[in-house]
Amino acid sequence: MSDIAIAAGGLGKRYRIGALARQTTMGERLTHAMKAPVRWLSSNNRRASGSHVDFWALRDVSFELRKGEVVGLIGRNGAGKSTLLKILSRVTVPTVGWAEIHGRVGSLLEVGTGFHPELTGRENTYLNGAILGMGRKEIDRKFDEIVAFSEVENFIDTPLKHYSSGMQMRLAFAVAAHLEPETLLIDEVLAVGDMAFQKKCLGKMGEVASGGRTIVFVSHQLNQIRRLCEKVIWLDQGKIFQVGPTSEVAGAYEASVSRRPDSKDNPGAPNVQNGFVSWEIVEPRAESPNMLTTSGRVRLKFVLRLNKPVTDGHHGIALYNHERQLMWGWAANNLQLTEGTHEFHYSFPTLPLKPGLYSWLVSLFDHGREVDMWSCFPEMAIATEIHQHLRDEWNGILNVPCEFGIQSSQETALAEATEHATGESS
Amino acid sequence: MGVAQTQVAVGIKASGKSVVRIESHRGWLALDLGELWAYRDLIYFFVWRDIKVRYKQTVIGAAWAIFQPVLTMLVFSLFFGRLAKIPSQGLPYPIFYYSALLPWMYFATAMQAATNIVVENQRVITKIYFPRVVLPISSVMAGLVDFAISFAVFFALMAYYHIMPTRAVVWLPFFTLLALMTALGVGLWLSALNALYRDVRYVVPFLVQFWMFASPVAYPSSLVPAKWRWLYGLNPMAGVIEGFRWALTGHGDPPGILLAASSCAVALLVLSGLVYYHAMEGTIADVV
Repeated sequence: MSDIAIAAGGLGKRYRIGALARQTTMGERLTHAMKAPVRWLSSNNRRASGSHVDFWALRDVSFELRKGEVVGLIGRNGAGKSTLLKILSRVTVPTVGWAEIHGRVGSLLEVGTGFHPELTGRENTYLNGAILGMGRKEIDRKFDEIVAFSEVENFIDTPLKHYSSGMQMRLAFAVAAHLEPETLLIDEVLAVGDMAFQKKCLGKMGEVASGGRTIVFVSHQLNQIRRLCEKVIWLDQGKIFQVGPTSEVAGAYEASVSRRPDSKDNPGAPNVQNGFVSWEIVEPRAESPNMLTTSGRVRLKFVLRLNKPVTDGHHGIALYNHERQLMWGWAANNLQLTEGTHEFHYSFPTLPLKPGLYSWLVSLFDHGREVDMWSCFPEMAIATEIHQHLRDEWNGILNVPCEFGIQSSQETALAEATEHATGESS
Repeated sequence: MGVAQTQVAVGIKASGKSVVRIESHRGWLALDLGELWAYRDLIYFFVWRDIKVRYKQTVIGAAWAIFQPVLTMLVFSLFFGRLAKIPSQGLPYPIFYYSALLPWMYFATAMQAATNIVVENQRVITKIYFPRVVLPISSVMAGLVDFAISFAVFFALMAYYHIMPTRAVVWLPFFTLLALMTALGVGLWLSALNALYRDVRYVVPFLVQFWMFASPVAYPSSLVPAKWRWLYGLNPMAGVIEGFRWALTGHGDPPGILLAASSCAVALLVLSGLVYYHAMEGTIADVV
């Protein structure tokens, strides 16, 4: 018996985008069909006629994973990570190629799939468990453990619509974590959220992995990949770019993303670009240079490369959250910069923001004309300890610790009231 | 370790090891009954969710299951019965109509529910695998609960008119199954089509209306000339409804030729539905 957990050969997935994909009503489909002969006459190259464009989200992907391996899947947005995971979890079929998975597969492409807001936590546990592939008896058996892990015991018979999103996520992950599959496929489900719970989840996943189970894990957070995975597959534009031990591949990937994509082809060459080339958090040092795990002083560095001098520079910086709300902005005027490389340093006493993904936008203008405007990639991940209200809608945007105390002075209040009453009666 | 009884597996090899093979080429009709059986608990939970959620935030709750057929029965009895004087095989109009509305209402709601089920569950479909056939199957099964509730009224009506069920009543489960299979067959077609073309959801209400007039709900099938009866029977609901009337009241003749034609039509409908649904299954998550 082999010890292969997953094998794939020549996997590819084609999506059609363009005119064809947009025909969502029968009428459009009919008109399209009726125009087909005309189109065929007018052009024998269907692609040139603009009827549709083939887009390969994944192309010629082959690999073999052994049992007990924990593999990280990394790559830029749109590199095909999610498509690969969808194929392996059988949500969609590949256009070409094949894959074989040995043993029970559990997939976690989204936390809380199938949760219904009107049902209670208990009911949703059963429903979600069944959707993930557990039987009723199996859920019965694990129910107490799941609830204990989720830390929502007190609300288990409350409808889910009254849960905060953090509580929903905890319950959802708890169900999924108890699936006990031989192979577990996980999409970026731990991207945001409470640091303590993230740690707990990673711990649970480590436990699963050490039990000889295979895990395929997609994450943008390289520190999570480093902590969990021994092997990494780096996808780029739908193809496998590099496979190997985590330290090697993750390092290479990190070096590539902390530079701007357009400078990737020729990173060493000077004068290829006029603008910002990279950014990182200098202090505090974390496992990834774009991640904040502790509160306190934060120092950032933005690297700017100029191939011609700037004489009347205007530089702006802004911080947005993942909903594109502006968190903070600042600007500097009358900058004189020579040709060459410059480092812009920023220092904050603290960045008291809720955990999540944030993006920096830096810009540089010379005499009012744009030199560069960069929405920094990778985003800044904040994963500090969270201080929050129980209910999401009361959370706000700041994550600030506070001290709370009650000072009671009942006697004085009472005395005043009595005084007032006596004063009135006299 | 706790590898549980529910296997997410396609083929179990001789070694007892399960291997899932993922490929673009898929069979023509590969309803994997073993896999469906493994997911029986999911069908149960989908049905259960449907029932739990259906009457949430309504004032009279499950009484809706009774209201609809009862009101329709009253309207039919008044207009088609008292005023239009449609023959009723010697049955009191309320019995005549209610016995037909029982399977008809079930069929109409189950079919509509099944049509929408894929679109309603698009989030789940795009995030996790399970045999997609589970969806229409569970939606036609969920309708059985309302069906059972509305039966209570029928027994009250029977008692009121002093009509006793005859031995023909043992056929009732068969006719119910036939109605369920009809709803499933149509549901398989329409739910997959609805995932592609949202036009379907606007077509369905018309379809239900036309279909009702093509079925012996408001009139007895004896109005149809005998030599065309077999053709009429190709509408599976014709056999089902006549079958219900006969099984519940014992009036009229057992629907022989009508039923034979209807059974064939249902078999064809379900099989073709499975083939179409299966063809759509692999890519449904991409297009829904």
